[in-house]
Amino acid sequence: MSASSQLRIMRGREWSRPVRPARREVLSAIPEVEEGRPPLLFVPGFGHGAWAFAEHWLGHAASRGFPAYAMSLRGHGGSEPAPEATLRAYAHDVVQVAAGLPRQAVLVGHGAGALVVAHALARYPARSAVLVAPVFGGWGVLGAALRRNPSGTLPAVFGGPLRLSRGQLFSRELPEAEARRHVARLGRAGRRAQWALLGEPEAEPAVGAPPVLVLGSPDDRVVPTSTLNRVARRYGSAPLLFPGMGHDLMLDARWAEPIDAILDWLEKEPAAH
Amino acid sequence: MSTSTDHGRPDPEANPSAPSRDGRPVSDRGDTVCVIGAGASGLTAIKNLREHGFGVDCYERETGVGGAWNWRHDRSPVYASTHLISSKPFTQFPDFPMPDSWPDYPHHSQLLSYFERYADHFDLRSHIWFGTEVVRVEPAAGDRWDVTTRSTGGYGPERTSQYAAVVVANGHNWSPKLPRYEGLEQFRGEIMHASSYKDPAQLRGKRVLVVGAGNTGCDIAVEAAQQASRCWHSTRRGYWYAPKYVLGRPADQVNDSLLALRVPLRVRQWLYHWTLRLTVGDLTRFGLPGPDHRVYETHPIANSQLVYYVGHGAIGPVPDVARFHPYAVELTDGREIDPELVVFATGYLPRFEFLDASVFGDSAGVGRPTLWLNAFTPGHPTLAVAGLVQPDSGLFTLSHWQTVLFARLLRARRDRPERAAAFAQQVRDRAGERYSGQVKESSRHWFEVGHADYLRAVQRALHDLEGK
Repeated sequence: MSASSQLRIMRGREWSRPVRPARREVLSAIPEVEEGRPPLLFVPGFGHGAWAFAEHWLGHAASRGFPAYAMSLRGHGGSEPAPEATLRAYAHDVVQVAAGLPRQAVLVGHGAGALVVAHALARYPARSAVLVAPVFGGWGVLGAALRRNPSGTLPAVFGGPLRLSRGQLFSRELPEAEARRHVARLGRAGRRAQWALLGEPEAEPAVGAPPVLVLGSPDDRVVPTSTLNRVARRYGSAPLLFPGMGHDLMLDARWAEPIDAILDWLEKEPAAH
Repeated sequence: MSTSTDHGRPDPEANPSAPSRDGRPVSDRGDTVCVIGAGASGLTAIKNLREHGFGVDCYERETGVGGAWNWRHDRSPVYASTHLISSKPFTQFPDFPMPDSWPDYPHHSQLLSYFERYADHFDLRSHIWFGTEVVRVEPAAGDRWDVTTRSTGGYGPERTSQYAAVVVANGHNWSPKLPRYEGLEQFRGEIMHASSYKDPAQLRGKRVLVVGAGNTGCDIAVEAAQQASRCWHSTRRGYWYAPKYVLGRPADQVNDSLLALRVPLRVRQWLYHWTLRLTVGDLTRFGLPGPDHRVYETHPIANSQLVYYVGHGAIGPVPDVARFHPYAVELTDGREIDPELVVFATGYLPRFEFLDASVFGDSAGVGRPTLWLNAFTPGHPTLAVAGLVQPDSGLFTLSHWQTVLFARLLRARRDRPERAAAFAQQVRDRAGERYSGQVKESSRHWFEVGHADYLRAVQRALHDLEGK
């Protein structure tokens, strides 16, 4: 069992240098009737805030009986500014919000938020996890981004903001005005966190062995299908694909399909234990 | 993996064909594990056993979770001002952090709400039988255990259920240890053990003698300094009184920065002595005895206020008590003082009144079992103790990993019996091992551990159990 042999007990750095707290934005949509469903915590990717999920997915999940929460990582959306934030600080934020929910939560990460969730899973026994269009970093992702959007990507290599374009994030089906509105709201991640996408060691194994669902789009211009396959294989499954959609599945024109698939999976999938 | 045994009251009548003990039927609980106590260690035992797929029946004599940290419980040792000694990162369960909004050293009421949230978050209450105390735990055939319970207080009939394994998490801070002194019976003043100290109002306007320099003794001495008309603080030997903050950060976090760098003990001791000299200074000029040991050799005392009040003359340091007279207390240096109230902050002793002492290798019956990793008993592979450690840091992290290790051991007994057998051999060979540097001998220091040494040992045990 190689996974368990990596189980880490000694955490000298985290004990002696705890992450400095930062104020966090958490939006929620709670179903009117408590149906005993687990709470969902949506974690947006770099540049996005809780607003990205508040647009469609929060309300839809609540309408199907799931208490739904969306957070903004530090430095994003309505959370406290944090230009020096690290991946570790982001994972800390996710674990803090998850542990503050009334019941054991399902973590749903999008884009680089999926990587943050993967790190958080090593520190919090989630009921289950969903990785949507996961950006796990590496040189391949950088290459693809440089080819598709050189002017938006290149500055990030030198610590500047990563600017994603409409064409990368959305399909043509989304009305242009709406796409512009979303892109205008994008912020940026801390530069140390951006660099972590290139060289950060892999996330430790998840505690509590939660079931993990990976989904994305073969037409995603940020995450190549090969990456989807690799991430899904890591968690022992195959990715669920939604052709014709852009990277931002929660904002694109056909946003209802992936969230319905996630909720169907949660209704069927028995909890981790 | 047990699924048939989830939930459902163990009901002796339901299974009359089961084996019997003392003429009473025994209900067979299959693969279910019994956890005794729903305090911090018991809760994490339930959570981790559930996480590894085991059914759990937990028996709790009180009506709420939190054990010692629930001030409503009659066995709780907390007093109104109890705060944590170790800072948050060392105190919380490793996979359920305390909120960022809490202070570095939370109050005991926050601890209780933390345990209540832990229980609700992981849905643990449905596995706990509240108001039920365990009367007897007896080994049965096939490494199984017969657990006899009844309603707390002895009402109602006894019931016996058979379990695949037992986790003893009954705590070690509820059975007061009272020293014997000559003439104590004749003393006309008031006497109490720190376990019945709840509120500083009990000290107000009185002449108070506090005996004992543990963290509790120091806290009470500080409160007496603020409330009582006079306060003496009697200690057997000199101690290192560490401040809660050094170099602008919680002291234990600074210490662990050095531990993480694997700075050797001698160097750490030297640095510590040097830091204390710079901050607290030489204590003997206040009349406090000089420490007869190096720092890290006794349980650390973290109290920033004690030295402050000694320096303000509000606490009078005195040596050990020699004997009691009806209206006075004689000290070992021949002085006599006249307190109205004596508070014995002399600690607690572990007790396992439901378990035959021989099971634990505790032949003397003094509550001092012979264990490996302070948790595993030679010859009883399905019995574990959780939380019987006195770390120089928070306890809950240690209980968490103890119970994870036990859950994985139980899983190995099913899936990889040869590994479980090797583990049992380790337990036999290495029972009684210590996980700290040199420690002063005392009835409260035998289960003292250094958190880093101890957790490294648990990590090695886990890897040996599950490695290739």
